[in-house]
Amino acid sequence: MEALDTLIFSRIQFAANISFHILFPTITIALGWALLFFRVRFAQTGDIKWMNVYRLWVKVFALSFAMGVVSGITMSFQFGTNWPGFMETVGNIAGPLLAYEVLTAFFLEAAFIGIMLFGFSRVPGWLHILATFLVAFGTTVSAFWIIVLNSWMHTPQGFEMIDGVAHATDWFAIVFNPSMPYRFVHMLLASGLTVAFLLAGVSAFRWLLGDRAADLRATLKVGLCLGALLIPVQIYMGDMHGLNTLEHQPQKVAAMEGIWETGPHQPLLLFALPDAEARENRFEVGIPSVASLILTHHADGVVQGLNDFVAEDGTAMHPPVLPVFWSFRTMVGTGMAMLAVSWLSVFLMWKRRRLHPDPHAKRWFAAEGLPRPLIWLLVPMTFSGWVATLAGWYTTEIGRQPWLVQGVMTTEMAVADVPAPMVASTLAGYLVMYGLLLLAYISVIVYLARLAARGQDAPAYDMDHSGKAQVEALQPGE
Amino acid sequence: MLPDFANPADWLPWAFASLMGFSILVYVVLDGFDLGVGLLFPFADEAEKDRMIGSIGPFWDANETWLVLAVGLLLVAFPTAHGMILTALYVPVFIMLIGLILRGVAFEFRAKAHARHKRLWNCVFFAGSTLTALSQGFMLGLYVMGLQQTWATFLFAALTAAFLAVGYSFIGACWLIHKMEGGLQVKAVKWARDSLWGVILGIGAVSLATPLVSTRIFDRWLQFPDVFWLAPIPVISGLLVLWLWRMVRVMPYENDARSWQPFAVATALFALAYVGLAYSFYPYVVPDRLTIYEAAAAPESLLIILIGACVVVPIIAGYSVLAYVIFRGKATELRYD
Ligand code: HDD
Ligand code: HEM
Ligand code: HEM
Repeated sequence: MEALDTLIFSRIQFAANISFHILFPTITIALGWALLFFRVRFAQTGDIKWMNVYRLWVKVFALSFAMGVVSGITMSFQFGTNWPGFMETVGNIAGPLLAYEVLTAFFLEAAFIGIMLFGFSRVPGWLHILATFLVAFGTTVSAFWIIVLNSWMHTPQGFEMIDGVAHATDWFAIVFNPSMPYRFVHMLLASGLTVAFLLAGVSAFRWLLGDRAADLRATLKVGLCLGALLIPVQIYMGDMHGLNTLEHQPQKVAAMEGIWETGPHQPLLLFALPDAEARENRFEVGIPSVASLILTHHADGVVQGLNDFVAEDGTAMHPPVLPVFWSFRTMVGTGMAMLAVSWLSVFLMWKRRRLHPDPHAKRWFAAEGLPRPLIWLLVPMTFSGWVATLAGWYTTEIGRQPWLVQGVMTTEMAVADVPAPMVASTLAGYLVMYGLLLLAYISVIVYLARLAARGQDAPAYDMDHSGKAQVEALQPGE
Repeated sequence: MLPDFANPADWLPWAFASLMGFSILVYVVLDGFDLGVGLLFPFADEAEKDRMIGSIGPFWDANETWLVLAVGLLLVAFPTAHGMILTALYVPVFIMLIGLILRGVAFEFRAKAHARHKRLWNCVFFAGSTLTALSQGFMLGLYVMGLQQTWATFLFAALTAAFLAVGYSFIGACWLIHKMEGGLQVKAVKWARDSLWGVILGIGAVSLATPLVSTRIFDRWLQFPDVFWLAPIPVISGLLVLWLWRMVRVMPYENDARSWQPFAVATALFALAYVGLAYSFYPYVVPDRLTIYEAAAAPESLLIILIGACVVVPIIAGYSVLAYVIFRGKATELRYD
């Protein structure tokens, strides 16, 4: 009983920590590249509006980065404090991957973030751009290594078990394991979409406050176009990802689709309450044969059901269905909402520009094209990327249970033997802190947006021949 | 003491123990000074606080990454020990993490939040630095006591916690002596003067306690021929302490000469104390229970990491130095421009 409680609390604690952590990488990975874009546009055009965009979003980046770093440090200690069995069993594989993440990514980001944030008036323009690039590159490399590890846990290969410990036999197979390319691309796109809607949402908020500044229009357009560009790719990649999962973890797909019995003509369920006791769905609403069509590309294709994954003695070797089923729907639903909103917005902005061409510059979109209700809608969409990303990770991770490393070790085997009340109290501590920090984070973003909307805090810039910023307000010698 | 270099299973654990030891040392010195700056926060006024933050702003993240590397190497190279140590230190690790989180975010929030809330984030910054320093000192104490959990070991750990916090303040003050000018520099000299005792007592307490707790360590230090080889460690440490003692009494020098000296000497002192500690515990990674050889991961995996480390660590050193060069000189308030 005791051990079971420890397991449950440790799982909730891990889930809470990683959920909190991933919110910030999701922003920093793509925002780094967006900042590079803004910075390069400024260098190219010399247009102050790009600098103002950069200045606002670099603050959001700095804040998110700090949140990502400190919550990431918590993550790396978690393995030892709560899941010692994980490293003892698969440490020979997980270890090098994590080590490479620290060596190739973390130090790179950490060293250049200082130059990126505070070096604008200290280093030549090219070095500042290079630092911005290296930080963005570092976050992406870091995502690569951790996703390699995570994907290996879903589709392990390239190792052999000797005395219950995994030993690597083929590093190429480990790094390029079957689900890695899908998961990595899907995650990068998720990050891009999160940032797209964050840019658009915060700009919409400023718009509603009456701000019409050039930097705001630019951000709004960049955000919406980025979203409109990425979302179809994401939906396509998601589909491919699902097909790959069907091949390697059919029980997960069965849980995602709420399929209990193996058979042809599986319906696509729009609503259902999977009942683990009765092993069936209640209140099912579905479109006949469509799940078979999506998953096998034939209406009468046979899809395996969850009942195929029950051990002789009746223990289920498949994940809990309800959370997987619903988090999958949350992700896909959010994705569909993103598609609708971004395409409609881009279309309306384009139409407006067609009707009122800009005599001065060749521009394709006009932010005035957005009707007020749509702008209102963009504000709650600000954090839609977070919702979809978390829902996606829940699908993936809960869908892997009871395995920790698919077919190699179960989650239960990894848990530390720490007293349950101790884990419960640290869990409570983390939750309280995360709640407060999230509140502070969001209020600071709102505050920064308000500040920007008031047009304060925007000094004039000059650049010397090297592109180094010359800011009037700075003291000589600074 | 040296391993057999023909046999990978023998020298790899040794190499990784050295690498891990190195990153812990770098961490203690580098994050030590920025945690120390946080610990000194309540003694500074508002304008001074901005400058103090400015002196560590571009560095703290990279400094903290050494901790990630150290715990990563422990995790990677000595998986069994990693589990044993971190589960034994479950609560202090949790407190340290909370501290690190609070410190790291306060940094960013105080610069961006509404001016009204700046005071609050200053407090959070101080609280986070304090929690981190205290819990690290506590862990050091428990580790020295062989991870035994009794009232006596807790008491000792509480003492080392206090000493490490004061020690961090000292090295933080030394950093400020170098990075500040004018009144704040004078203040920093005073802070260094007032916290030097923590360094002395801390090093003294740990040096006395280790041989008393473990007869193995006692024999190691005080056996006949070895004692001569080892004597330089305490002797040089003593000389460094005297040097520091003198400097913090007479500084700042004319024209700000040699303002880097206290920090450099303090670093040397920390390093010596650390080497002594490492000598005491080698080859154990969990004191008197698990050696680095028993705890080591498979040689083929370690080799893969080592190759990468040999290529990457010099590069890391290169751009870390670049960052320090770009932000050299006296610190001012930080700006995002
Ligand atoms: C897809 C991306 C992703 C995922 C799934 C994770 N991380 Fe992460 N992590 C990042 C992407 C990232 C990042 C983008 O590289 C961060 C966020 C902000 C930052 O500074 O780097 C980061 C920071 C970060 C740091 C601080 C690095 C520093 O000091 O600069 C650590 C120690 C970890 N992470 C560790 C982990 C662990 C142990 C994870 C899983 C169990 C994990 N992360 C999941
Ligand atoms: C970044 C996004 C991620 C999210 C949101 C996430 C979420 C989750 C959740 C919700 C669980 C709990 C499942 C359950 O117990 O029912 C879990 C389990 C787990 N995940 Fe992830 N995960 C993420 C990434 C990773 C990565 C990158 C790794 C490892 C490299 C990882 C390792 C684990 C481990 C060890 C467990 C088992 C502990 C547990 O069951 O809670 N996860 N994760
Ligand atoms: C709308 C169509 C989408 C489809 C069909 C889809 C499909 C999938 C599938 C099948 C998985 C589970 C993979 C596994 O087996 O482990 C998954 C995971 C995930 N999804 Fe989606 N997805 C869609 C949209 C989105 C959107 C809009 C986002 C975020 C903005 C997102 C973010 C994620 C993340 C972060 C994961 C977990 C990591 C991973 O396994 O790749 N997805 N998605």
